[in-house]
Amino acid sequence: MEAASASLEHGGEAMRLDPSGVLWLEAGATLVVADLHLEKGSAFARRGTLLPPYDTARTLRRLGWAIERYRPRVVVSLGDAFHDRAGAAGLTADDRRELAALAAGRTWLWIRGNHDPDPPRGLAGESLPSLALGRLQLRHLPDPADDGAAVVAGHLHPKARLVQGPRKAIRPCFAADAQLLLLPAFGAYTGGLNVLDPAIRGLFRSGFTAFMLGRSRVYRVDHRHLHPDPPDWRRYRLEGG
Amino acid sequence: MPEPFRHWFAARGWQARPHQLAMLGAAEAGRDTLLIAPTGGGKTLAGFLPSLVELTRAPTPGLHTLYVSPLKALTTDIARNLATPIEEMALPVSFAVRTGDTPANRRRRQRTQPPHILLTTPESLALLLSYEDAPAYFGKLRCVILDELHSIAESKRGALLALGMARLRGLAPAARFVGLSATVADPPQLLRFLSPDDERSHIVEADPGADPLIEIELPDGRMPWAGHIALYAAEAVYRRIQAVRTALVFVNTRAQAELFFAALWRINDANLAIALHHGSLATEQRRKVEAAMAAGALRAVVCTSSLDLGIDWGDVDLVVQVGAPKGSSRLLQRIGRANHRLDEASRAVLVPANRFEVLECRAALDAVRAGTLDGAPQVQPALDVLAQHLTGVACSGPFDADALFDEVRLAQPYAGLCRADFDAVLAFVATGGYALGQYERYRRLARGADGLWRLTDRRLVRSYRMNIGTIVEAPVMRVKLGRGRSLGEIEEYFVSLLTPGDTFLFAGRLLAFEGIRNNEVIASPAKNGGEPKIPAYAGGRLPLSTHLADRVRAMLAHPEGWDALPESVREWLDIQRRCSILPAPDELLVESFWRGGRHYLVAYSFVGRNAHQTLGMLLTRRLERIGARPLGFVASDYCIATWSLGDCPDVAALFDVDMLGDDLEAWTAESSMLKRIFRNCAVVAGLIERRQPGQEKTGRQVTFNADLIYDVLRKYEPDHVLLRAARLEAAASLTDVRRLADFLTSVEGRIRHQKLDRISPFAVSIIATIGREFVPGAEGDETLDELTAALVAEALADPLTGEVPA
Repeated sequence: MEAASASLEHGGEAMRLDPSGVLWLEAGATLVVADLHLEKGSAFARRGTLLPPYDTARTLRRLGWAIERYRPRVVVSLGDAFHDRAGAAGLTADDRRELAALAAGRTWLWIRGNHDPDPPRGLAGESLPSLALGRLQLRHLPDPADDGAAVVAGHLHPKARLVQGPRKAIRPCFAADAQLLLLPAFGAYTGGLNVLDPAIRGLFRSGFTAFMLGRSRVYRVDHRHLHPDPPDWRRYRLEGG
Repeated sequence: MPEPFRHWFAARGWQARPHQLAMLGAAEAGRDTLLIAPTGGGKTLAGFLPSLVELTRAPTPGLHTLYVSPLKALTTDIARNLATPIEEMALPVSFAVRTGDTPANRRRRQRTQPPHILLTTPESLALLLSYEDAPAYFGKLRCVILDELHSIAESKRGALLALGMARLRGLAPAARFVGLSATVADPPQLLRFLSPDDERSHIVEADPGADPLIEIELPDGRMPWAGHIALYAAEAVYRRIQAVRTALVFVNTRAQAELFFAALWRINDANLAIALHHGSLATEQRRKVEAAMAAGALRAVVCTSSLDLGIDWGDVDLVVQVGAPKGSSRLLQRIGRANHRLDEASRAVLVPANRFEVLECRAALDAVRAGTLDGAPQVQPALDVLAQHLTGVACSGPFDADALFDEVRLAQPYAGLCRADFDAVLAFVATGGYALGQYERYRRLARGADGLWRLTDRRLVRSYRMNIGTIVEAPVMRVKLGRGRSLGEIEEYFVSLLTPGDTFLFAGRLLAFEGIRNNEVIASPAKNGGEPKIPAYAGGRLPLSTHLADRVRAMLAHPEGWDALPESVREWLDIQRRCSILPAPDELLVESFWRGGRHYLVAYSFVGRNAHQTLGMLLTRRLERIGARPLGFVASDYCIATWSLGDCPDVAALFDVDMLGDDLEAWTAESSMLKRIFRNCAVVAGLIERRQPGQEKTGRQVTFNADLIYDVLRKYEPDHVLLRAARLEAAASLTDVRRLADFLTSVEGRIRHQKLDRISPFAVSIIATIGREFVPGAEGDETLDELTAALVAEALADPLTGEVPA
C-alpha cells in the first residue's frame, strides 16, 4: 500500500510529511529525520534496565524503508541520533553495517543534538551544528533563526491527542506554523510530549497545525481540535502547588 | 489442652469445638491441615491454638508461627483478637504485625528480636524472604497459617504466595502448614495448593452451622427492565435496616456503593448511622468505619468486596446483597458475614436490579440451598511472578539452579513447570533473556565456578524491594477536601473528565472539583443541583459464574418452575415466549430486528460480561467483513447486542466457533488488552519499575514505554518469555474465552435465529443501556479516520462503543 504523505509549503520550500515520520524536501532530494535515539535500549541496560536490544535495528529498518521509497540524494539526521555519547560506539556490527548501507552513495549529515553533542566517531557522514538548506534553517533545537528563516527542528517529540466521547487517538505528529516545523521523533523507543504542553505550544505565536501520523496517511488537524493529556495540570493547577 | 487453656475456655462458658481439638491433634502429628469452617466458627482461634499451646509448654526464642493474610487490615484485627487469650491467660507469647504500613524502626526491631508469632501479608513475606538472613530468621519456624486461603489461591497473588511457601518449606523443614478457608467447591484442590505432600496433609471440616435464611426483595410495583444499581429498592432496603440492629449492605461496584449510599441518606429521616466502605476510600476513613462497626455504633454499612473478608462482627444480623450476586460462592461468603453464632441462621436479602437479575438471584438462592458452589479456576504458573520470585531468591544469596527448580515445583501452580521455562525465566532475570546476547556485560546474575548463581548488580536489590507484588493498579490521584484531609483516591482517567466546577460523588459526599495542587485533586463540598459524575474504576466487576448461568438457562426452559418468580417477571417471560422464543439450555437464541434505521442483533449466550466483550469485538470484525457496516456493541452478563447499518444474511455463520481461531488471534495480537497485560507482566517481572507514590513519573508514561517495548519485542523476538507470560495470562484471564468457545461449540447447529419486526422484551434490557456504559475507546486508525472526518464535517457520528477493560 502506498503511504499517503501530506504536502506542505514551509518557508517557501515544497515538502512532504510522510506517515512514517520523515520529512521529504523536493529541492535537493533531501530526506530529514529527527530524534532517532539509537542505542536507547543499551543506554538503559547500562543502568540495569534490560530493555529488548532491538530498538536500533527496528529504527534503522524503518528508516531504510523510507530511504527506499524516496531515494534521497541527501539524508539529514536532525539531532539526537544517538541516545547518549556512548551510543555510536555501542552499535552492533550488524547495525553498523546496516547504517553504512543506508548511507552508501548519498550525502549523510549528522546535525548535533543535546543527547549527542559530539560527532559520531567511526561512522560515515559529516557532523554539523545546523544546516541552511534553501530558504530553511535545519537544526535540533527549535530556536528561531537569526536571519528570520523558517526553521525545521526536532528535540521535542511532539504527539497529538484527539478525543471524542469515550474514543481517543494519540499519535506522534509534525507541528507547524509559518515559522517553525517540528518533526516527530522517529526512534523505536521514543515517547512523546503533547503539543499542547507549554514547552511546545509556547513555540507557536498563534495557531499551528498538527499532522498526526496514521498507519497509511497523515491527518491534518487544527490545534483548536486537539486535547491536552489528562489531567490537564496546566489549566487546573491551583495556587501554592 | 494444658490447664490454663481449659480454665480459660471454661471461664468464658465455652467448650472447645471438635474442629479446634482436631487442629490440636493434627499439630501434634505434624500434619499440614486445611481447615474449612464458616465465619464465626472460631476458625482463627483454631488456627492459633496449637501454637499457643506449644509455646506455653516449651517457650523458645525465635519465630515460631507465621500468619499470612490477604488483607493488611486483617492482620491488625487478628493481632487484636490474639491479644485477648494471650493477656487473659498471661501466656509467655510475643506477637507482632509486619506489613507495608509498619514503621521502619519497628521493622528493624522485629528482625533483630523476632516475635514468636508474626502476622503479615504475601508481599511482606516475599520481602522478608529476600533478606540475606532469611535462613536464620525462618529456620526455627514451626507453623505457617494462611488465612482466607480460598480468596487468594486462585489469583496471581496466589502464585506469589505459593512460591513463598515453597521457599519456607526449604528454610524451615519442621514447619507445618495450616490453611484456613471458607466453604469451597473443591476442597482437595485447595489442599493441593496448601501442601505438596498427600501423605502429610488432610482436611478438617467444621460444622457448617445452620442453613442461611435468604429472601428476594421485590418491588411493590413493577420490576425495572434494565440497569444494575437498583436505586428503586432504596426505600425497601432502608425499611430492612430499620428493622434490624446492624446490616451489611453489599453492592457490586464502588460506583454503585456511592450511588446507593447517597440514595439511602436522601431518605434517612430517622438519621440512622449508615456508613460507606470501599477500596478507594482513605485508609483512616475505612479504619474508622470498621472500628465503629466493631463497637456496635453503626446500623448499616454500604460496602463492596472490601468487606467480603474480615474479622467477625458478632452483631451483624442482616446481609443485604444489592444487585445480583454473580456467583454462589461469593454470595455464601457475604451471607457468612451475618450472625456469627453458629446455631442461628444467617439472614440475607437479595435485591435484584432488573428482570434478568431476578432470575439470577433466584438461581443463586437455589444454588445456596442445594449447597452447590462455583468452581474455582486453577492458578496459572505465571512466568512474570516466577521472575519476581527468582529475583528475590537471588537477593537473599547465591543459589543452585537445579535445587531451586525442584523447590519451585513444590509450589502447586508450578508443579508442571518445565525446565526450559524455568531456564528462560532465569535467563530473563540474569540478562533480559534476549536471543541477541548483547547484554552479557550488563548481566545482573552470574554463575560462578562453584556452579552457584550470584547477584552481580546490587542495584537489583533495591529495585526488587520497591516492586514486590502482583497487582499493578491504574494511575490514581488522591482527593483532598480543600487544604484538609484526604478522602481517598480516584483514577486519573476520571479526573481527566472533570472541569473545575463539575460535581462528583465520592466518599459519600457531593463534591465540586476545584483543581489540582501537588498532584492531588482539590475538591470542596458542593450544593445539590445538576447531575454529579460518579468515579468509575476499571475492573473489579465479577462476571456471572458459569454455574449460575447454567441455572438461569435451565430456569428459562422450565416454565413449571416460574411460580417462584414475581408476577411482573412471569409476565415478561410470557410475552418473550409469545413475541420471540425462550431458548432451550442447549440452544443459542439470536434475535434480529430493525429499529431507527439500524439493524440490531442480540445473542443470549449467558457467558458473562467479559466473554461477551470478546464476542462483541469478534462479531463486529465479522460484520465489517461481510459489509454489514457495524456501528457498535454493548455487552451484559446475559447477552451481547450489536447494531449495524446493514443486514446480516447468515446469522448461524456469524456465530461459527472458528471465529475464536483466526479472528481471536488477529484480534488479541492487536488488542489493547494484550498490551495492558504485557505492561503488567513487565512490571511484575521487574523489566520496568512500578510507579512509586509521590513520584512525578505518571502511570501513563509507563504505559507508553511498555507499548513501545511490546511492539519491538513482538517483531524481533515473538517467543520471548515475557511475551509468552503475557499470552499465557491473557489465555487464563480469558477463561472467559474458553468459556465462550465451550459454549459456541456446544450450540453448534442449534442457533435459533428469530427475525422479529420489533424489539423483544429480553432485548429491552440491553438496548436500554446503550450509551450509558463507561467505555474507554479503541485507538485504531479507524478512530482517527472517523474523528478527523467528524472534525472536518463538524457532524458527530453515532458513538461507536469500543473495548472495555476486563
